[in-house]
Amino acid sequence: MKNFSYRFGVIRGLGVTLSHFFQTYITDIKKGRKHYGTVEGIEDRRQADTDGIFTIQYPEERLPLPEEFRVLPFLVYDDGENGEKILRCTACGICAKVCPPQCIWINRAADPVTGKPSPHPADFNIDMDICMNCGFCAEYCPFDAIKMDHDFELSSLDRGETHLYNLEKLMKSATYYASIHPTAAALEDAARAEKAKPKA
Amino acid sequence: MTEEMLINPIEKLTEQFPADWLKADERSGYSGYIVQREHLLEFARTMRDDYGFDYLSMVTAADYLEEGFFEVVYYAYKTIGGPALVYKVQIPRTDAVVPSLIGLYPGADFQEREVWDLLGIRFDGHPDLRRILMWEGFEGHPLRKDWKEPFFEEDVKPYKSRWPEGKPVFIDKENPFDDNVQYPEGFDPDHWTPDQDTLLYAGLVKKASNEEFKTDQLVVNMGPQHPSTHGVFRMVVSLEGETIIDLKPVMGYLHRNHEKIAERNTFLQNMPFTDRLDYITSMSNNFAYALAVEKLMGVQVPERADYIRVMMAELTRIMNHYFATGFLLNDLGAYFTPSLYSIEERELILDIFEEVSGSRMMCNYFRFGGVVRDVSDHILKKIHDLVYDRLPRKLESLDAYLTNNEILRSRCEGVGVLTAEQAIALSAAGPILRASGVPYDVRRADPYSIYDRFDFDVVTGNHGDIYDRYLVRVEEIRQSIRIIKQVLRDIPAGPIMTGKPPYQVRVPAGESYGRVEGPKGEMGFYIVSNGKPNPARYHVRAPTFINLTSLAPMSRGEKVADVVVILGAIDIVLGEVDR
Amino acid sequence: MVFPCIPPNSKRCIMSPEGLTKPEYQVPDELQSQVSLTTLDRIYNWSRLNSVWPMMFGLACCAIEMIATAASRYDLARFGMEVMRPSPRQSDVMLVSGTVTKKMIPQIVRLYNQMPEPKYVIAMGACASSGGPFKGGYNVVAGVDKYIPVDVYIPGCPPTPQALLHGLITLQKKIEGESLKTVSWYQKGPSVPIPVPVLGPDLIDVRKTALIREKSKPAPETEAQEPSAGDVTDKPADGEIAAA
Repeated sequence: MKNFSYRFGVIRGLGVTLSHFFQTYITDIKKGRKHYGTVEGIEDRRQADTDGIFTIQYPEERLPLPEEFRVLPFLVYDDGENGEKILRCTACGICAKVCPPQCIWINRAADPVTGKPSPHPADFNIDMDICMNCGFCAEYCPFDAIKMDHDFELSSLDRGETHLYNLEKLMKSATYYASIHPTAAALEDAARAEKAKPKA
Repeated sequence: MTEEMLINPIEKLTEQFPADWLKADERSGYSGYIVQREHLLEFARTMRDDYGFDYLSMVTAADYLEEGFFEVVYYAYKTIGGPALVYKVQIPRTDAVVPSLIGLYPGADFQEREVWDLLGIRFDGHPDLRRILMWEGFEGHPLRKDWKEPFFEEDVKPYKSRWPEGKPVFIDKENPFDDNVQYPEGFDPDHWTPDQDTLLYAGLVKKASNEEFKTDQLVVNMGPQHPSTHGVFRMVVSLEGETIIDLKPVMGYLHRNHEKIAERNTFLQNMPFTDRLDYITSMSNNFAYALAVEKLMGVQVPERADYIRVMMAELTRIMNHYFATGFLLNDLGAYFTPSLYSIEERELILDIFEEVSGSRMMCNYFRFGGVVRDVSDHILKKIHDLVYDRLPRKLESLDAYLTNNEILRSRCEGVGVLTAEQAIALSAAGPILRASGVPYDVRRADPYSIYDRFDFDVVTGNHGDIYDRYLVRVEEIRQSIRIIKQVLRDIPAGPIMTGKPPYQVRVPAGESYGRVEGPKGEMGFYIVSNGKPNPARYHVRAPTFINLTSLAPMSRGEKVADVVVILGAIDIVLGEVDR
Repeated sequence: MVFPCIPPNSKRCIMSPEGLTKPEYQVPDELQSQVSLTTLDRIYNWSRLNSVWPMMFGLACCAIEMIATAASRYDLARFGMEVMRPSPRQSDVMLVSGTVTKKMIPQIVRLYNQMPEPKYVIAMGACASSGGPFKGGYNVVAGVDKYIPVDVYIPGCPPTPQALLHGLITLQKKIEGESLKTVSWYQKGPSVPIPVPVLGPDLIDVRKTALIREKSKPAPETEAQEPSAGDVTDKPADGEIAAA
């Protein structure tokens, strides 16, 4: 048995814990009702000087997601004049080649008349049960056609066919993309407008 | 020894030894010496005793199928610092036996068992050569190049079946058993008895029974489902009362075949898989892998990228040490309060990682030649607030309520002692090695990236017990804060990547070993490339796997309740132990 | 009395006596917050779903996110789930978080058998759902639902704590929809435990021994040869995996 002169180590520890406890009430009183349930309150609880209650109460409060947040990929389409959806994807296959677990299957369309390959996907399948959310597909796509989504509320009661996303399920509009990735979308639109300008 | 040899002892070893013992490795991109199998033990003993290479860091093997041989690779270092001594033994595939170095370096124990398990090379003289990651009775040696796994599609990625005619297939349906299994020909499960771990239990040391007093030896399995084993890890202990006579760790419950999958991947596709090795410190793993491949490719990293890399690595170290301290106290019985406080700090750091890389844990942030995204001023300000204001304050409060806590001190002082000689012989790394008094830190001993520009101390302890390990971790947080302050002061503007990287990275032929001082120890990647887009051999030197060799010597004679705390102080992560 | 920290318009499952009342029954205004008229099903499910105790069963990286969910930022205690028992005898839901390997699956099935009913399984993450990015490995089981029945799948690698909370709310909604007449633990006859798989030359599912014997028979023309014992393992002749 070690001979310890029992000083106040345990009591000091208890003091620290109690001060954390009382601090939660003091912070509540100082910040008032706006501390919970509002966007500013959530932001306040993420700062480096936060003290008091640290909980972000999902599902009533949600943490703001940063722009780079990556969940699952989706294909971007632009809106055409007659309301049709123009996919940006040209079925070049780079995303399928660079995907680490190889969860992307692309079937390149062939021109019905000549039989030569045409730059559109006839079929595009991603198995979301294998996807590891690395973001390589979005990073290496030369046409800004596939990007990472922010929607993480995907829990379901079954898997298999429902988790194999086909072309219909993967297509989302460019306005949705700009709403979740504002700075990146602005930069890419500017770059695309630059390239499309007629050479003087 | 001449003066030249004292300074560069490993440059001209062929002149010091008889000609038939060793020759230099002349293959392009390779380094080191090829030793003849018969003289391996003598050579290793001479290098350890006369030349001072007392720390055997890595033992692994590679399968050169076309050339027809196996090559067992050894990397040894001196604890006073310096570059590596690399030596290899080449043996034919039909006669794969090599003398074991366990008598000289006990730390080679688990690594040799892993080579036997995955490649089928026998080690003569190893006292307990059983499989370590797979189970006894498994058919085949998986890492051999001619062994195909059940869900085998093609030799290398990218698979041709994905584009341009990609029809999605659930690969389970292709297998006749609807699962990832294959059986040898003629196998009849009804006429076969399973192995009951007989070799494991037979190897457990039991005390000789006293004739007048019949005592019962109790063999207890702790794990794999146990609240204290930090993941799926199993310890088989033989007890006399509450005191441990012997302990054998059993791992492989999370063996996810990282190395076999990596041989099929291209170099770039391996980066997200390295995130999942030590899943708490994903930035550090990325760092080590990027260093290993950049050595082969010969690319230079821009300065700003180097500063960002160091900053992310040190933030990861802070986060990991907080987490480890919280869980050490969990193991001691302080039911969750310290770990809740530590996880609070970790969440704030994870917020930064999420903004920078897109994901809290699986960052996938480093590339060959730099980092993916730049760090904006907003994030630099956040890091500034954390490092100057919050982290030192919270560290003081952690110190205040934990360091002099009587319960912590009486349970941790003098428990789980590892002397310095033991630690070096057992190839321990990281806070365990330093708490035993050996000031070996890869950032100082063999500096990589720009660590030679920063001013920080290497933290050591004196007693080598659990309390010292806790103190070393807390002090390392302080040193990391110091480094980040210097990074924030000096970070230059500039590009973060050399050129636009292609998605098919061509790596010249050769071998390289890139290592970093991860939070848990020396994390290294051994890569052999033959010029193709996929690595020919890829091995991870996992620090916690090798640190577990010291678990048994540390626990003999301690109580059962202490072994839980000893395991907590080693701070294991199963993703790295089992790969 | 509602504490100021819970925001108004809480979208939680059902927490107040008003929420417990079945919609079609009318309660007079003066008795609104004191009386609720409900069915046995509803109150049985309500009491179960607000106190689902998870089993502390973390395998890999997803376990760290599970611990982060139980920690102070994404508090599981608000849902009644803070009691994480390592013992299966005292838990309701098994959160399989992380890759399921062949060496571990006998233990997982044994633990599932030891859980008392009503029991649920949540497959958290891509690896538990289907093997995930490690699906091609030789030691990975392609999804835990090959052996035990799964109730909720949460994709992601790893799913963020908010996604895990969403998955737990999905489980709560599923429990809300159950009925005492149809639940499996109140049917006649004992419940059958799942047979534990055995580790042999590869993982053996004891429900499939006949299939294994049939598919492993050597092909007729090579019967004269010895079955290969040793390092090189050949796949059975009719088990070729063809790329699409």
